[in-house]
Parts: sequence; C-alpha cells; structure tokens
Amino acid sequence: MTRRSAAVRMDHVTKVFGTRKVLDDVTFDVPAGGGFVIMGRSGTGKSVTLRHMIGLLRPDSGRVFIGDDEISALSGPPLSEVRKKMGFLFQSAALFDSISVGENVAFPMRRHTQLRDAEIRERAKQKLAAVGLEPDYDKMPGALSGGMRKRAGLARALALDPKILLVDEPSAGLDPITSEEIDALLVDMKNQEGATLVVVTHNMLSARRLGDELLMLHEGRAIAHGTPEQLDHHPSELVRAFMTSQHAG
Amino acid sequence: MDVRTPATSFLAGVGDAALFAFKAMRLAWTPPFEVSETIRQMYELGLRSAPLIAVSGVAVGVVLSMHTRASLERFGAESMIPAGLAIALVRETGPLTAGLLLSGRIGAGIGAELGAMRVTEQIDALEASAVDAFRYLVVTRVIACVIAVPILTTVMNFAGMLGGFLAETTATGMPFHLYLKRAFTLIDITDYVPATLKTMVFGFIIATTASYLGFNTESGTEGVGRASTRAVVLSSILIIVTNVLLVRLIFFIFPKAAGG
Repeated sequence: MTRRSAAVRMDHVTKVFGTRKVLDDVTFDVPAGGGFVIMGRSGTGKSVTLRHMIGLLRPDSGRVFIGDDEISALSGPPLSEVRKKMGFLFQSAALFDSISVGENVAFPMRRHTQLRDAEIRERAKQKLAAVGLEPDYDKMPGALSGGMRKRAGLARALALDPKILLVDEPSAGLDPITSEEIDALLVDMKNQEGATLVVVTHNMLSARRLGDELLMLHEGRAIAHGTPEQLDHHPSELVRAFMTSQHAG
Repeated sequence: MDVRTPATSFLAGVGDAALFAFKAMRLAWTPPFEVSETIRQMYELGLRSAPLIAVSGVAVGVVLSMHTRASLERFGAESMIPAGLAIALVRETGPLTAGLLLSGRIGAGIGAELGAMRVTEQIDALEASAVDAFRYLVVTRVIACVIAVPILTTVMNFAGMLGGFLAETTATGMPFHLYLKRAFTLIDITDYVPATLKTMVFGFIIATTASYLGFNTESGTEGVGRASTRAVVLSSILIIVTNVLLVRLIFFIFPKAAGG
C-alpha cells in the first residue's frame, strides 16, 4: 500500500519512556475508509500508538503521517489544521466537566466554525441524538453513567464530521451490552460517513466487530497484521491465542 | 545511563518552570487572544475572590488600627493613627497580604483544576480538539491574574481603611470625614501606584506557578492534591522573596516612597 492511499501511516516509529522502549520500530498503514483495530495485551503500546497519530506524543525516531501530512513534524496552526480532520474518543471520554454535555459537543464547533449559536446548538443536539443522548443536552458530565459518558465523548469526537476517528478502548469499564451498543454506533458511523476508524482494544469481541484489518502489538513491536481471518490462522501461537480469547473487559 | 541526581532534577525543574513562564509571557502578546475565556477567568479568579479580600481587609484594618493606637498613644500622637494606618496599608500590608491570600485562594484553585484536567485527559482532549491548551488554559489565567490582583489589592486597601475607621470610631467616636481627611494627609500617588503595580508581578507568579504545577501533574488524584498544595506553598514563598526585590526596586526608582 502506498502512502497516498493510506489514511494513517506509521513509519518506523520508536518511542522510549525513561529506560523503557514502548514502541520499537513500528511500521504500518491504515487504509482509508475502513475499520482498523490495534490490539494486544495491556502495556504493549496500543494507546501510545494512537496518541502518536493525533500528535499528542512525538516519536523519538520515525515519522507519522495523516494522509500526506507528516503530523509528527507539525506544531502550532498547521498541527491544528490536521487535527480538525480527526476525532478522538478517549478511554475515559475526557468530557470537559465544567460545561454541560451539550456544550461539550458544541465546543469544537464553537472553536472551529463560523456557525451561529442556534445552529451550533441544533447540530450538537443532532450529534447527541445520534448516540441516544439528546435529552441529556443540559446535564453535567458528572451526572452521566460510564456508558453515557462514552457516548457523549463519541458525539463530541464526531462534532466536526472527522475523516478519521481514533478510539481508545471503547469497551473499557463497560458491561458487554453497553460495549456492544458503542461498537454498533462506531460501525454505523464508519458505514454512513465513510470515515476511517482506528480503534485500540484488547477486547477480541469488540475487535472482530469493528476491524476490517487487525494489527497486533506485542512488547512494542507489530507482530501481526491482516484481516481477522488471516490472523485466525497466523503462524504465531501468541497471535492465535489472542484471537481466540473472549476477553470482555 | 541516567545521570539524574536530586540536585540536577531540581535545576531541570526550575529551568522547565522558567521556560513555562516565558512562554506564557510571550503568548500573552500574540494572537489569537482568548478574550471570552480570559474574561471568564477574571470573573472566576478575580471577582469571586473579592469577598475574601474585602472581609480580610476590614479585619486587617481593625487590628492594625488597634496596634497603631497602642503605640502612638504613648507619644500623644493619636491624631496620626489614620495616616499611619493608610501608609502601612497602601505601601506594604495591603499588597503583601492580598498577594498571600490570593496565592492561597487562586493558586490552590488553578493547581487543582488544571491538575484534575491533566489526570482526566481533559487537557489532551483540548489538544485533540485542535485547541492550543496552553494558550486556552494557562495564558488566560495569567492575564486574568495580572489584571485582577492589583484591583483586588486596591479593594484590600480600602477595606483596610474602612476597618481602621471602624476601630477608631468605636474607640474615639471619630467621624468618617475627619478620618478620611487625616488618612490622606501623608499619602500620595507615589505611595499607591508602585506598591499596587508590583502586585501584577504577584499575579504573574501565582498564575504561572500554579499553572505549571497543575499542567504537569502526574500520579492521579494524589498528584492533584500535591499540585494544589505546592502551588500555594511555592507561590507564597516566591511572593515573599520577590517582594523584597520589588521594594528595593521601588525605593530606587521612587526615592520618595522610601521616605527620602
């Protein structure tokens, strides 16, 4: 796959925290328009990989591209321009707790569009309705359950209709039914908007629901990459064992 | 090989904090200006601190007045009490007390708020939303504090004089107009302006110290508490030490303020 057809490209990325090499020469492409799942055991560098994609972390060596933009080399306004094309759903949802749920969703629109207040509120309500939270516009984030917070975080991540949506552990802390609902929302978003979905998870049920392609990280290295069917028959016993696990948390 | 020692770590921290402060100072003068957020911070940090400052100012004025009376009575100079109190308040007691009170109220608030935002990934969420979190969270607070602290110091001065009047009128029945007349006999603009403007530096110290500690919080909720406590302790120490240098500078620039 060439760089031009990739929505995201990690090019020989290495990241070290202290004395620990968290990412070790990681290289892969995320094709545009599909669902791409990064999986692996806890502490293998999955979330660190996702944070590199949106420029929250910079590699110690290697490069990260979003389309043709080398995000790992950008800062200031050019970095912001690339980020406007992306959405990020944090593991904890990371809602701004000093403003209402609706204003959380409206926030990116207030910052980056010239829309009038009434129109922004209307669009924010539409985004909340899409995740089943329209009645909760005026609630404060602290009044929401874990699953509702995640859905509100998803609505905020979709506020600017991003071309790439990065999702960190969508199932974390959620019961299996709520987790399935969140996954269904993500699949709908991918199918309807044509956006590229990059998901980090260690939950194989979620990975199979969301991923057209899967990448497995182990001790900071990419050890397997392919469709779920290909990884089901991967030569590595470690990969096959992970693929057959039914971890729901 | 990790060559860090406590001494080098401390120096690295000081250097890091200094760069943080310089960055805040530089970005305060360059667009885009976060006007609405700055105004919101002036309300949160400034206006909402006014009751604390006003009540404390009255109490300080009462106490200062009682002490001044006890001293001046020995020399039969009770009529100088309002003027002595006004000079003490405007030149030093008002600015320093306001600075220390606000380092507690504002410093703890900023340290805890930004610390909590850091550990709950809200600062990362701002960045991911294509918002410059430093400009949005830090620069706005620095500007708000630099503007609000001198205003609150002025509130403290007037509240202190009101407290002094209450003590005086209780003790001697002195009318308000006479108290005011005597209070302003020795004081002039060179007493008020430099001493009040120096609190802009206090505001800068409080906001940058607390923001730095909050912005760089680690270790979850324990780290938030630590950031909040350190913000108060460090900014209080820095205010007290910096005050010595600023008073010396004021005496150099305005010899009259030194009584010369």
